[in-house]
Amino acid sequence: MSKSSFSTHLLVSSLVVIAFFVMAPNLVSAYRLELLTIFLINVILAQSYRLMATTGDWTLCHYILMGVGAYATGILAKMAGLPFYLVMPMACVVTMIVSLLFAIPLSRTLGFAFFIASFALGEFVRHVWLKFHYPFGGARGINGIPKLEIGQGGEWYFIDFWDSRNFYYFTLVFTILTLVILFRIDRSRLGDTWKSIYTDRELSESIGIDVTKSRIMVFCVSGFFAGLAGSLLAYQIGSIDPHNFGMVEMVYLIIWCVVGGVKTFWGPLIGVLSMSIIFELTRPLAEWRPALFGLILILFLVLLPGGLETLPARIRELLHRTGTQRGTG
Amino acid sequence: MSFFSVENLTKKFGGLVANNNISMDVEKGEIRGVIGPNGAGKTTFFNLVSGFYRPTSGKVTFKGQTISGMATNKIARLGAVRTFQRPALFSDFTVLENVSIAQHLNTNASLLNAIIGHDNHREADSLERAIEIVDFLGMAEDRDTMANNLSHGLQRQLGVAMALATEPELLMLDEPVAGMNSGEKAVMVNMIQKIRDKWGVTVLLVEHDMRTVMNLCEKITVLDFGEKLAEGSPDDIRSNRAVIEAYLGADDSVT
Ligand SMILES: Nc1ncnc2c1ncn2[C@@H]1O[C@H](COP(=O)(O)OP(=O)(O)OP(=O)(O)O)[C@@H](O)[C@H]1O
Ligand SMILES: [Mg+2]
Repeated sequence: MSKSSFSTHLLVSSLVVIAFFVMAPNLVSAYRLELLTIFLINVILAQSYRLMATTGDWTLCHYILMGVGAYATGILAKMAGLPFYLVMPMACVVTMIVSLLFAIPLSRTLGFAFFIASFALGEFVRHVWLKFHYPFGGARGINGIPKLEIGQGGEWYFIDFWDSRNFYYFTLVFTILTLVILFRIDRSRLGDTWKSIYTDRELSESIGIDVTKSRIMVFCVSGFFAGLAGSLLAYQIGSIDPHNFGMVEMVYLIIWCVVGGVKTFWGPLIGVLSMSIIFELTRPLAEWRPALFGLILILFLVLLPGGLETLPARIRELLHRTGTQRGTG
Repeated sequence: MSFFSVENLTKKFGGLVANNNISMDVEKGEIRGVIGPNGAGKTTFFNLVSGFYRPTSGKVTFKGQTISGMATNKIARLGAVRTFQRPALFSDFTVLENVSIAQHLNTNASLLNAIIGHDNHREADSLERAIEIVDFLGMAEDRDTMANNLSHGLQRQLGVAMALATEPELLMLDEPVAGMNSGEKAVMVNMIQKIRDKWGVTVLLVEHDMRTVMNLCEKITVLDFGEKLAEGSPDDIRSNRAVIEAYLGADDSVT
């Protein structure tokens, strides 16, 4: 396929996808719409996690960072009573600062040590949430986070967020923004230097790339968007507690990225989409879900290590091979 | 003060002294050979000078600045860039993209520029320069080949191209012709000569292949068991007793 026809395909299919998401509130039930909102938040989360993976750093604390954004939102919106347009940027920045505090020691480690150390740091934060009733609410968390507000009843720009359709659109805007920004980073020179670190760290360093600084920077940018996902989640569900940001959720995030793949920008999107569909379809089998998802994870790691994104290339290769076999036989 | 100078450089790995009290001065525009039998400490020397290892003692200065103990990327930014004994490249990228990544020091790559879309490989200037480097190194036909599909010889050539793309003043090549056939060797020798002549880059060349070293270098430093054994013109080195003995001992020969 030529490059230009591929990008036309891409454009057309993205337009179809966008059209679906814009029309969705008229197509699906209110319950499904809430699921769709959560799906969009998960897209932000998975895509920000993939950014980290471009340098080869897989963490076990991404859900905690999302939690930092959610807690910051809960505290700022409920206790400080700030409006969303202050709360959300502040929540993202707070998460970015926490990411920086994580990244400085973590950047001294690599691979498995990095993975495990990120888990330890994350658990530390979770303990802080559990131990400090003020302001984190301990095991009960923070309840009654005020709904997002734009204007008040009667004002011309008033938007009623008790109507879940409006919050859905609000989330959709932030999801698209995130995708556009992260896509641009992915295609940029900076994005390529980050990917080069994954391929050969020593070579990157030798051509003048500050590997440590780059890894810290990626961690912070990734954390910023995890914070955004957390902030949206806090507004969406209205109450948060430490269990929202546990290891099970983290494992789901990893499954999305393994199933979809992280090499291309589209991998995590495919991963979240396919796994969310399977998640919904298996609702009647809820007890078996952990086992099922564990099985899926293992199957992918063994049979399709690059994730679904590598499937087209594999099929092409397979067709090519059988084609040449037929030719010679 | 010399352009590049090493004073009493020592590196110990536990009990093993990989580099022992090595000193040398290299002038701007020189092609300096560094030779020695296997395990003599040549790669260790590059690792020390390029900041991969921290010296146990001693000092390295480059353009009047002390660089020993600095991070590798800082040393590269100052203009001293090394290549690797192994083929080292970004395998998921094409030849041109590899070179383009290596150019990042001289571009406006920043997060903000990335987000507003002012930062990509299609900037006319740097693309032109990347093409110039690739063509200069005789890889014009392979511009869009994926790096891991290149032949061994071309992979090594790409390594040099990437180092060159950082626009270094001192280029340190670790066995650039290792594993090459004689045709590829001739191309590489020619290339190194041109890099110095056309772009005025000072070259430090670690090499086992004596013909290559003798052909290219004005001056050669010989290492043996981590120590500097001799230094001089190719003719001096060829007739130096200690050098001949070191190589005979290592079952190799200076020809
Ligand atoms: N990181 C390290 N840790 C321990 N020992 C090392 C390390 N790097 C090198 N050495 C030892 O230091 C000595 C010098 O090795 P070095 O790689 O510098 O030799 P060389 O001259 O480059 O050899 P060759 O011609 O085979 O490339 C060897 O004995 C090697 O085993
Ligand atoms: Mg060596």
